[in-house]
Amino acid sequence: MSELLIAKDIKAYYKTFDGQEIKAVDGVSITLNENEVLGIAGESGCGKSTLASVLSLLFRPPLYLKGGEMWLGGVDAFKLTKEELRKNIRGKYISLIPQGAMNSLNPTRKVKQMIIDVLKEHNPNMTTSEILDLAKERVEALSLPPRILESYPHQLSGGMKQRAVILISTLLNPKILIADEPTSALDVSSQKIVIKLLVGLLEKSIIKSIIFITHELPLLRHFTDRIAVMYAGKIVEIGKAEDIIFNPLHPYTKALMSTMLVPEPYIKKMKIEGIPGLPPNLKDPPKGCRFYPRCSQATEDCKFDEPKPKEWDGRLVWCEKA
Amino acid sequence: MVRESLKEVQQKTIFEEDQPIIRVENLTRIFGSGRNTVVAVNNVSFSIKKGEIVSIIGESGSGKTTLARLLLKLDYPTSGKIIFKGQDITFVKKRSELLKHWRQVQAVFQDPFSSFNDFFSVYRILNNTYKIQDRNVGEEERKKEIIEALEQVGLNPADILYKKIYELSGGQRQRLMIARILLIKPEILIADEPTSMIDASLRASILNLILDLRQRFKMTIIFITHDIGLAYYTSDRLLIMNKGRIVEEGNADEIILSPKDPYTKKLLEDVPVITKKWEL
Repeated sequence: MSELLIAKDIKAYYKTFDGQEIKAVDGVSITLNENEVLGIAGESGCGKSTLASVLSLLFRPPLYLKGGEMWLGGVDAFKLTKEELRKNIRGKYISLIPQGAMNSLNPTRKVKQMIIDVLKEHNPNMTTSEILDLAKERVEALSLPPRILESYPHQLSGGMKQRAVILISTLLNPKILIADEPTSALDVSSQKIVIKLLVGLLEKSIIKSIIFITHELPLLRHFTDRIAVMYAGKIVEIGKAEDIIFNPLHPYTKALMSTMLVPEPYIKKMKIEGIPGLPPNLKDPPKGCRFYPRCSQATEDCKFDEPKPKEWDGRLVWCEKA
Repeated sequence: MVRESLKEVQQKTIFEEDQPIIRVENLTRIFGSGRNTVVAVNNVSFSIKKGEIVSIIGESGSGKTTLARLLLKLDYPTSGKIIFKGQDITFVKKRSELLKHWRQVQAVFQDPFSSFNDFFSVYRILNNTYKIQDRNVGEEERKKEIIEALEQVGLNPADILYKKIYELSGGQRQRLMIARILLIKPEILIADEPTSMIDASLRASILNLILDLRQRFKMTIIFITHDIGLAYYTSDRLLIMNKGRIVEEGNADEIILSPKDPYTKKLLEDVPVITKKWEL
């Protein structure tokens, strides 16, 4: 098993107009292996989308890189020039589906025209008919409805638009596909179809790995291998999907799991409580553990000592109490 | 005058506790005309008792929000009847009568960011609720009630009372929406996706606030949602809507544990639960 992406101690901050720093991603390390689906879960404002734009090398001011390194199969990603990124990395090695991408499709162009645009840009030698053949082949392989190519975005439903986005962003067979909340605006039925499509891409070896970002933990159980839980710019727990879902160790993961409303008989019998308090302001996050102001197990030490990762049967937990 | 009051007495006696507080008969709403007609709500009938919590579940385009708008009298049906406390209110159009309806039927909407005027203060928003109330309350008394309502929804009045809406977070705005309800004390609360824009850690707190309304005021609550987990957690009864029709109706446990309609079965299969893993 080879590693497609190694990120070490990534720090990405936003600079505000008055010179302050918002520490949106503050020391995150992630490894992504071939044939792996990694889920990243967290609430809004925890830095998961910022992490996605850093990992896909698509960040620009006011977001800047404060520190850390990233390796893409032996290449030092942060040392690459703009031209190298455009030619060799974007779309070919890493492809990002940003949040809300399905609403940014050009309303005046058919899906097939957008496909032609993308491929002509990257492979100027391909003829239009070659491109269309490839597109049709893809549509067939992924059992998408054939009309998708001839449609304008407004003729497609939300689920279909998202599938069109996925089709376009995987045309160049990227090794890593990063999907940021691709299903959060969709109905449960469309959500399942989109996830089936992503898993299908992996099974057909069109892509080699997926990073799936969501705020919905239970969803990740169904198709991810590993899950990383983020809170206030840091990963608090990372491990096998089953372990995180069924046996969370970090107090935040536990609290998050206990607030999930799933239609299963047990939830009717208990009173579900929210997590008290609010996430910290990332301009000035708490010194010690970032979760301690809301944590039920916190002690005095948590205020001052930044938690160190503890290894536990293949997973890492950033909590002294776990 | 005498005839008026007699009529009122009659109306009061018609409505009794165990009768449905709201009943809908063959309600239909058609948009457009000719080839472009869309039947958003198609021949829907149901009744809801006082103090009941009911969820109307449907995916986008199922007509659930149109149905909510009809019950709130923000829109008129093409045909059918809405009977509220024994009175046919289907085609009530007079402003004074509509105000009377809104005193008794209120809503919490999905998007806390577009539900308020951003430049009003919290105090002004809550003070405005007295415009539709028919109680005569003095300035001092109002302020006391407003502060009490804010405390009950977990907002600190000292911090927040004179803040402008744009300074509030989504969760705070949603709590403010519930503070409004506490002041108006309607008989029916229609909650249209009240937590879909709120984070998981806050979702449960907001829902518990809404559920408390039944405990304290015997309020009837109708959730309009696509979140089946939410519906199951909160509701006594579920109505499943698909393409404008109610395809299945019944006790929450019955529907979730043994759905009968094929659409309901499919819907439940697609919900990511924890105990059963999807086959992909």
